[in-house]
Amino acid sequence: MQDKTYSSYKQLEQKSKYTNLFLRWFLYFVLIIFALYFIFPLYVMVVTSLKTMEEIRQGTLLTWPSGLNFDSWLVAWGGRGYGAGDTFLKPYFWNSIKMVVPAVFFSTFIGAMAGYVLTKWRFKGDKWVFLFLLFGCFIPYQAILLPMARTLGVLGISNSVIGLVLVHTVYGIPFTTLFFRNFYVSIPSELVKAARIDGAGFFKIFFKILLPVSTPIIVVTIIWQFTQIWNDFLFGSTFSFGEAAPIQVALNNMVLSSTSVKEYNVDMASAIIAGIPTLIVYVLAGKYFIRGLTSGAVKG
Amino acid sequence: MLKWLEKNLPKIVMAPAVGLIGWFVYGFVLWTLYISFTNSKILPKYELWGVGQYVKLWGSRKWLIAVDNLLIFTALFLIFCVVIGIILAIFLDQKIRAEGVLRTIYLYPMALSFIVTGTAWKWILNPTLGIQKMFIDWGFENFTFDWLVNREMAIYTIVIAGVWQSAGFVMALFLAGLRSVEDEIVKAAKIDGANLFTVYWKILLPMMRPVFFTSFVILVHISIKSYDLIVALTQGGPGISTTMPALYMTQTAFHKSQVGLSAASAMMMFMAVAAVIIPYLYSELRRENAR
Repeated sequence: MQDKTYSSYKQLEQKSKYTNLFLRWFLYFVLIIFALYFIFPLYVMVVTSLKTMEEIRQGTLLTWPSGLNFDSWLVAWGGRGYGAGDTFLKPYFWNSIKMVVPAVFFSTFIGAMAGYVLTKWRFKGDKWVFLFLLFGCFIPYQAILLPMARTLGVLGISNSVIGLVLVHTVYGIPFTTLFFRNFYVSIPSELVKAARIDGAGFFKIFFKILLPVSTPIIVVTIIWQFTQIWNDFLFGSTFSFGEAAPIQVALNNMVLSSTSVKEYNVDMASAIIAGIPTLIVYVLAGKYFIRGLTSGAVKG
Repeated sequence: MLKWLEKNLPKIVMAPAVGLIGWFVYGFVLWTLYISFTNSKILPKYELWGVGQYVKLWGSRKWLIAVDNLLIFTALFLIFCVVIGIILAIFLDQKIRAEGVLRTIYLYPMALSFIVTGTAWKWILNPTLGIQKMFIDWGFENFTFDWLVNREMAIYTIVIAGVWQSAGFVMALFLAGLRSVEDEIVKAAKIDGANLFTVYWKILLPMMRPVFFTSFVILVHISIKSYDLIVALTQGGPGISTTMPALYMTQTAFHKSQVGLSAASAMMMFMAVAAVIIPYLYSELRRENAR
């Protein structure tokens, strides 16, 4: 019976092979058109950043640059060297690094602990605690902006990298908790129970049993948090200005400042510099990036 | 003492997360709610003033434009993201060569910030040197494309950039959904004589109900929070024609120093999000309990 179904299915496939050929061409055609649509802005950014302003005025968006001219990149990164009013990305890039590293570390650690407790040391009402934390993934941050500005002021850490670390750590916790909780829920609790009977304590169980198998979810969480925090603009622009600003804020200021003649090549080089760290992470660890996106599909 | 510590260790470890979220999320939302009932200008005032700010808000032309824009943006953003996402997912599901490469291309915009995206699209849509010039140089001499500086059309440029950024995400959700369906179901339908179109339209897409729901919730959520993209692309202009609630909120607070009014707009956004999210969380939780 099984064999018969299988062979008739095969025959069907054979018969429709030629009608399918047209369909397949159509399929590839559509997929490639969309691929071009998605690639187009990146292509335009890269070629524009390599052109001189003269070339930009003469050619079109698609025109290939006359040579590999990285001048705009150097200006975007290090400025023109005339002091006041010369904004360039280098210091803000480091601000972002100084903000991202501790914020990712703290939020991941707190989330791992919370996820561990919520799945392996369950207590009465833990479901509600989870829901309580989960809701934090969704709140529109506008609803906390004013109190946060005031709080950072009172603590004396407004307009500082430390203030942004605090903000990103706190609002990352709901996501990191969600990731770890959903991961640990799939690890058999029997292991933990057995270890408890053997007398292992809270931390020993975590470090000996759960941590060794946690690598994938740690990678997912770190990538997720890194991308979110690196790309943040709302918190950065609200709670910092001037020298403490992260890179996205600096990029926006550079592009918007209309002091002199608009230099689109420098704008594009700046945009690429601001986008490249997350892009590299995506290309190197796309699998984990997508897993973060879809497994935390509860997210926003 | 030590025994108590040991017994309550899990709860102690849990405490920072709960405490921080309790204060910085729930406490702050209540704080914002309180401010919205006061007549705060630059600095918060703490005597209650009633619902005056809400009355003022809904009488403000700018806010009404912002809400209008949000509705237009959300509708178009949803439709285009879902349609493009589904088409790409279904097509990619046909044992395509180089699927990995294509998938990577469709999804990379999600790794970029809205500021980077906005900067790139602002240049592409530039009315003198961007797409318009490209078509004119190709021989379409009367081609005009000035949406970015056109009051009526500028909101659609935000849709274009937003869809570019998020359509790949919907594709990823649907592709994951389609891949989780058993092969046998498709094979059985094919043997019964159903063609590929029928298989998808009558069988697979209806099975994707939860994915539709998830995409809907996430996209609506993204659109209500839209802020960065507008700042980078139009700053709410020309004039105030592309203002959206999130931009209204920050501008009112930090440029106009109308803190009370701004808090009221923030609470409206909060309620809009809650109206979408609470049913979603409820259904997710029920699904999990059923499992």
